[in-house]
Amino acid sequence: MDFYLTALLQGLCFSGIALGIYISMKIFNIPDITTDGSYTLGGVVTAVLLTHHEPGYIILPAVIIAGATAGALTGIIHTKLKINALLAGILVMISLRSVNLVLMGRPNLPLNSISSLFDIISIFSNPNQNTLCILIVFVIIITFLISYLLKTDFGIAMRATGNSESMIRSLGVNTDRMKIIGLALANSLTAISGYLITQFQGFADINMGIGIVIVGLGSVIIAETVINWLKITSIWLSLGLMLTGAIIFQLVLAVTLDIGVNPNLLMLVTAVFVLIIVSLPRLSFSKSS
Amino acid sequence: MIDIKNIYKTFNKGKPNQVDAVNGIDLNINTGEFVVIIGSNGSGKTTLLNLISGSVLPTSGTVSIDGNDVTNMPDYRRSQWIARVFQNPLSGTASDLSILDNFRLAAIRTKSKSLSIGVNESFKKQVKEKIATLGMGLENKIDQPMGTLSGGQRQALTLLMSIMDNCQVLLLDEPTAALDPRSAEVVMKTANKLISDFKLTAILITHNLKDAYNYGTRIIQMGEGLILKDISTTQKTKLKQNDLFDWFG
Repeated sequence: MDFYLTALLQGLCFSGIALGIYISMKIFNIPDITTDGSYTLGGVVTAVLLTHHEPGYIILPAVIIAGATAGALTGIIHTKLKINALLAGILVMISLRSVNLVLMGRPNLPLNSISSLFDIISIFSNPNQNTLCILIVFVIIITFLISYLLKTDFGIAMRATGNSESMIRSLGVNTDRMKIIGLALANSLTAISGYLITQFQGFADINMGIGIVIVGLGSVIIAETVINWLKITSIWLSLGLMLTGAIIFQLVLAVTLDIGVNPNLLMLVTAVFVLIIVSLPRLSFSKSS
Repeated sequence: MIDIKNIYKTFNKGKPNQVDAVNGIDLNINTGEFVVIIGSNGSGKTTLLNLISGSVLPTSGTVSIDGNDVTNMPDYRRSQWIARVFQNPLSGTASDLSILDNFRLAAIRTKSKSLSIGVNESFKKQVKEKIATLGMGLENKIDQPMGTLSGGQRQALTLLMSIMDNCQVLLLDEPTAALDPRSAEVVMKTANKLISDFKLTAILITHNLKDAYNYGTRIIQMGEGLILKDISTTQKTKLKQNDLFDWFG
């Protein structure tokens, strides 16, 4: 049972990535690969500051600023230098690998017996249950903030930017600036996932971000499928589904491991799972028409 | 209202595919004028309109709006004066956003997009009343995504959106080109009504010579990036529809 609880906790930790990818891919229509780097950056900043015994109220803002800077850089390269978004993201992601190594000074930084975000309450005897409580509160706050943001005038302009650029420019919005802000926001959310995971697993690792973008994509695609089926337009529900997508994704991986699939095949299973989810609506559609 | 001096626009300068779209145009449009621009494809009509809106910046020459030199001002800042309706209904509205959200953005065209929620009950009521004037029955569908509407409905709503916020100049780039004749007529009548009701300065590009004859206070024919004919109000009333057809003879 604890095995699945861990998967649930991981899913909640990854909700930041899910929301981040939702913003970059669905709202802005930009395939953003910075994710792999900004996620690790979030973890690295957390681990470095924690081992230097910095207080929690400094660590989270630092993580958010680090992620936002990475995203803004991708945005600036993409909009100002007119470089393909995919390439801009890859460039920043690769550079971040060096940044992360320099910050940590070594490829792996354990947080031995350093108290973290998840040690602030101890209601239950099982530490995982305490972690669950904290994560749920944390994720609800973030989701609330993002859904509020998307409903404001600024948020509507943001959503329109990925939809009809000519329209939103004629309505007085600087689309370049909007994209930079959007990518900064998306990557700060991704960095928050790195912040949560590092404290959850108790270490930061230079390779923790490899292929992590697929976690976000998988979550968003699971949610998208449901949204399209049920024709959901509410922002609250959509964001909630993104979180559910992130959790389902981790649970599927847990089941895969539980039934005895070779862990070496995990990435392949992940990719196939995402492929199935993406193609499901199309396969059933072609039969009915 | 709009003053264009000796404006040139060359695309891909110095390359084999160089295009001289606009070749030295002087044009002065007074407040409240409704100018119709006609001309064959490639005559520079759309480029001229884009030079006014700021989507395209000139190679040389100056543009000023309401006495302000806006030659190098990007399009999103010129939106304080200008509202636009595009040829493609998809360009003027955001498909995934609800009608209400589209109108909210239009209502703050000249203002900053702040971090406060602007869509409230009184705003909803205001939008419903505005949309009801179209008589299309869309006022009860304001929570629907814009993408569920037809091209004609979207163009009519785009027109209406242009007057949600203070608007002085309305640019219409073949707004009816993608529509069936009946929708086209509705859109043109709506445009004409809004232009006269709100005393807008308007520029319409059209290939429909009937529309060019029926609407507007001034008619301009373009060709090869130059103004070939400029017919003012008094002369336009004397003009016969067949004269327009003869220009293209």
